[in-house]
Amino acid sequence: MSEALTQPVTALGGARFDGLISVREMPAQGMISLRGDLALPPVKNAATGVAGFDMPARRAAQCAGQRGLLWMAPDEVLVLCPYDEVPAAVASMEKLLFKFHSLVTDVSDARAMFELRGGGLRDVLAKLTPADMSATALPPGELRRSRLAQVPAAFWLESEARAQVICYRSVARYVFDLLKSAARPGSAVGFH
Amino acid sequence: MLTLHCPYCDVQTDETELTPGGEAHLTRHGPGSEDDAFHDYLFSRANPRGLHFERWRHTYGCGKWFLAARDTATLEVFGTYKAQTTEPPQHIRDAIRDRQTGRAARTAS
Amino acid sequence: MSTRLATGGRLIDRSKQQSFTFNGKRLTGHAGDTLASALLANDQVLVGRSFKYHRPRGIVASGAEEPNALMGLGEGHRFEPNQRATTTELFDGLTARSQNHWPSLETDIGSLNAALSSLLPAGFYYKTFMQPRAFWKHVYEPFIRKSAGLGQAPDAEARDPDTYEHFHAHVDTLVVGGGIAGLEAAKRAGETGARVLLVEQTAHWGGRAPVDGGEIEGHSTEAYVAMLLADLEVMENVTLRSRCMAAGVYDHGYALAYERLTDHAPRAKGPRHRLWRIRAGRIVTATGAIERPLPFAGNDLPGVMLASAVRDYVVNWAVSPGDRTVVVTNNDDAYRTALSLRKAGLAVPAILDARVLPKDSPLMAEARKMGIRILQGHAIDHVQGTRRVRGVAICSHAGEGGAVIEEIACEAVAMSGGWSPVVHLWSHCGGKLVWDQTRVMFRPDPDRPPTGDRGQPMVHAVGAANGALTLQEVLDDAARLEPGPKTRAAPQAGPQEEAPLAPVWMMPQGASIRHRMKAWLDYQNDVKVSDVQLAAREGFESVEHAKRYTTLGMATDQGKLSNINGLATLSGALGAEIPQVGTTTFRPPYTPISMGAIAGPARAETFQPVRETPIHGWLNANGAEWEPVGQWRRPYCIKRPGESTHEAVMREVTNTRQNLGLLDASTLGKIVVKGPDAGRFLDMLYTNMMSTLKPGRCRYGLMCNENGFLIDDGVVARIDDETFLCHTTTGGAEAIHAHMEDWLQCEWWDWLVYTANVTEQYGQIAVVGPKARKVLEAIGGMDVSAETLPFMGWTEGELGGIPVRLYRISFSGELSFEIAVKAGYARQLWDLLLTVGRQFDVMPYGTEALHILRAEKGFIMIGDETDGTVIPQDLGLDWAISKKKADYLGKRAQERPDMVREDRWKLVGLETLDGSVLPDGAYAVEEGENANGQRNVQGRVTSAYHSPTLGRGIAMGLVRHGPERIGEVIRFARTDGTTMIEARIVDPVFYDKDGEKQNV
Repeated sequence: MSEALTQPVTALGGARFDGLISVREMPAQGMISLRGDLALPPVKNAATGVAGFDMPARRAAQCAGQRGLLWMAPDEVLVLCPYDEVPAAVASMEKLLFKFHSLVTDVSDARAMFELRGGGLRDVLAKLTPADMSATALPPGELRRSRLAQVPAAFWLESEARAQVICYRSVARYVFDLLKSAARPGSAVGFH
Repeated sequence: MLTLHCPYCDVQTDETELTPGGEAHLTRHGPGSEDDAFHDYLFSRANPRGLHFERWRHTYGCGKWFLAARDTATLEVFGTYKAQTTEPPQHIRDAIRDRQTGRAARTAS
Repeated sequence: MSTRLATGGRLIDRSKQQSFTFNGKRLTGHAGDTLASALLANDQVLVGRSFKYHRPRGIVASGAEEPNALMGLGEGHRFEPNQRATTTELFDGLTARSQNHWPSLETDIGSLNAALSSLLPAGFYYKTFMQPRAFWKHVYEPFIRKSAGLGQAPDAEARDPDTYEHFHAHVDTLVVGGGIAGLEAAKRAGETGARVLLVEQTAHWGGRAPVDGGEIEGHSTEAYVAMLLADLEVMENVTLRSRCMAAGVYDHGYALAYERLTDHAPRAKGPRHRLWRIRAGRIVTATGAIERPLPFAGNDLPGVMLASAVRDYVVNWAVSPGDRTVVVTNNDDAYRTALSLRKAGLAVPAILDARVLPKDSPLMAEARKMGIRILQGHAIDHVQGTRRVRGVAICSHAGEGGAVIEEIACEAVAMSGGWSPVVHLWSHCGGKLVWDQTRVMFRPDPDRPPTGDRGQPMVHAVGAANGALTLQEVLDDAARLEPGPKTRAAPQAGPQEEAPLAPVWMMPQGASIRHRMKAWLDYQNDVKVSDVQLAAREGFESVEHAKRYTTLGMATDQGKLSNINGLATLSGALGAEIPQVGTTTFRPPYTPISMGAIAGPARAETFQPVRETPIHGWLNANGAEWEPVGQWRRPYCIKRPGESTHEAVMREVTNTRQNLGLLDASTLGKIVVKGPDAGRFLDMLYTNMMSTLKPGRCRYGLMCNENGFLIDDGVVARIDDETFLCHTTTGGAEAIHAHMEDWLQCEWWDWLVYTANVTEQYGQIAVVGPKARKVLEAIGGMDVSAETLPFMGWTEGELGGIPVRLYRISFSGELSFEIAVKAGYARQLWDLLLTVGRQFDVMPYGTEALHILRAEKGFIMIGDETDGTVIPQDLGLDWAISKKKADYLGKRAQERPDMVREDRWKLVGLETLDGSVLPDGAYAVEEGENANGQRNVQGRVTSAYHSPTLGRGIAMGLVRHGPERIGEVIRFARTDGTTMIEARIVDPVFYDKDGEKQNV
């Protein structure tokens, strides 16, 4: 018995909410965790080759569309690419890194990703995270790994009107509900 | 609630983004160690009032452990540093000395 | 009577009427009123009863310091007790009711306590409810509980329909208090470009200044406040928040502020309260000062108010406290009240000034000019009236009381004992106070401030909060604190000369015991001067002891009015100086904040994270009875219509043993460990040898901590030479991953190993039972024969076109495959297994069936057979402990004397003689008693179930010398503690001991 593989199911099936800002669960996104010595040329090549972006500086988030590179830790970057390309990308990265101590892991299905759109999204996030959401502390293009209420999350602003949030798949519902309540009409703060 | 600087991410973190790990710079005792030494390794902690070296993990961030030199009474933080060391590095010891002598001078004047 | 004046009232809008109810009575007020001003405008002078003696209580203050006017507000789901009328803004439709009385406010049975007050002295509870001990549970405790607490708790079934939220703000400077000092400090800080947040607890800016009058730079204070506000509002780096009270200051510049967004407009959209969680580089407390009452006999009668509050009610809300108000004071400021009253056309029969001044101060002269009678060196002997003020009897302040010189009829008394800076926020995080002898106040000690993360001063007090008394002092203080970019000089206030205050801690100064027993310090908790003196006599000399003994300052107002007078009384009784007695500790919050604000988003569906597997939706739609496992939800069983939980579990176990079961095992932890040193690392982590595992194979392993105790177990699969996949328990993934990283980062940082927690990357489905292979073969795509995929092997491939990894492992004793599949495809695979499995009688099963299946096989479960004190040797798992390894985590600890003790409790199986199920956790008793008179025990049950396979109760337990006592019958106590169940010690493997079923 063999069936054609259909599309992967995301945690919330593309849930959406419109309030102070709009919150949308994004479609399946390829995410590859790469651990290694980030200064090592083959490690750099493995990451940049798939992502099509330069190696990110500390805390940087460099992306456009479905591709990008996120600095996660001193020895870890998250490589973003279209979901369908992940198996081939993992294989090519592993090939490049064959001789070097490193770890390439497909984590696309382990995460949920939300897109926040609209003015005031800094205020919405500031209701949930202890991180400093001011433009000086978190300019667009910089990633912050912190928490949203009780769970870990990573987020970055592409512009003042668009941000992305990544959390673990199992708590996608919780994070969506949090963002929903933080973006409830009538709850604007006007701080940032 | 403390704020500590993560030396890996170079951000000021909130205590709620961290996991505390107790006293730093313990020496592991394994098989072959004396009963007393092993007992101290498992259970004896300095718990000082004043300067203390302790472990913190940036759990909600990069996931890395770092160490902090902190005054447990005033909560003053003398500095944080990476965990891959068996003793406080020179720049931390300098910072502690500078701050403590600075304060002594202020108190005396 | 108290009433509304025909004109004036700077905060009210007379064109807008608002109706409200008090104890069911319909009353009206104006927009801009507080509940307190509206009650007074309606002559509702009596507003509550005190805690202990149920004395009649009236409004004393006009702000957050109010001890008496506590109300139950709202109805039904929105009912909230103990709300201060003085800080409650009136709105149309408000409902309030008074508290602590029965049957009514006017006629209160509890006021009998007052008649018995001599029998209820300080420390009454401690003295009375001591002996006999047996009375505690059924007599004393119910009595105390009944009389404790002021307001009524909301109904247990009530559900707050409002929403609440948190907001994290990071600023350079947080300024607390929107009076002149705070506005001026915020403006100066703002001019430097700093990020400034200014919070003010009331709805209005300017603090006391607009009421107290005066001039700044030629403008009225009110106009000057408006100018400051206008300047601040255009600064982009400054945020202003009114109705936002800074509740507490904590370590490293952390502060909480409590914003009340819709309390005054309950029909508005949005959250009711917002808790600001602020990180500030520095905190400026411009929190002002609170006026002190004067302790004289009858100072608690409704109608006796703080002089500043009387002024506020007249000027802000055009409320007259009565046609005739007697002012009693030890300072100049109260003269402003007399002047305000006269300007409003009300009578001030006399100002009783405890001082005797050589010459009139300007304020005194002004009062005299207005024809007000000033009696220097005079005091109130006692207040006349029973439920409200009818007059005062006056005497010489130098005397002992009783020698009444004159009686003056009046409806209100305005008292002033001087001002105490609001030092709460300064003190919360360690700021120290200094006693200012000339100003007669505790004020922040600038040399001992609270310090921040760099040891720098973290909180700065400014204005009245710093002890400044005049406008010019306030302005100079703000300029000193915040010089501004161009060191802008302090604005100049008009002349404001005042004569010094004379401390008055008792009135008259030599008051007799009869007077002292009626001179109240703490209005809410009924603490009198005599109580504090009694505490001192009985040896409670420390201010902290005296506080607890008398309950002074322990009410909901936390002694805002009473503390300084109380400790001055204590110091007098002890013959010590006030600074030697010191203050009690100030703790957050400044005034009570709502539970909703504290909870913020942590309620209802976001109370805590609930983790869902990719199969969650199917299980939820098909009868799952959920149980929490850590933050995960797992199905206890999957019930069919009409089935009981027990029936469902029995069906699931039986079907899995006979046909085919499916388990959602996605919650199992999965951690990739990779690197040249991965094998060496796992050899340290697990008790057994992992480095010898061959790629393609699986091995069960145990993990201990350095104490030697079991912390986790699971199957490790070797993926390739350098890569292992470690399975952990459901709750263990994050903790074990952290455990691994800890050792790698902090101990063996030179070992080349990387880890990744991939738990959620995969859905995991256990296909279990005699027909497990058949269903996989029917789906097709992989060779799952015993030859290709033997027990404890794994392989990769595609099942029905879905890429999977297949592990041949078993936690049930049946033929079993665990399939790991990308989470995004897990549901598809699950559906496929159900569809194809129908011909093989497939049934999903839950965690209880999983438990029974494993217990029948004698498999241990972390958290059941282990509890943080159990070592692998206790569980007969010696086979999984490598003898060859020189070291592993826990090895040294397992050599400690207590771990190698002969008589440690060890794992056995237990079978009740009558076939029933042993209570989980039941103790096996033996003869004799221990030192505490408890029965000796020799073991306990760790897991117990009804096994449908064996048709009887089975259990596992830890028993002293257990494995050597197979066949012996021991007794277990039932939960009633007396009746016993007999059980036989047996081998823990109840079913298929030779493993024939799983090895096919």
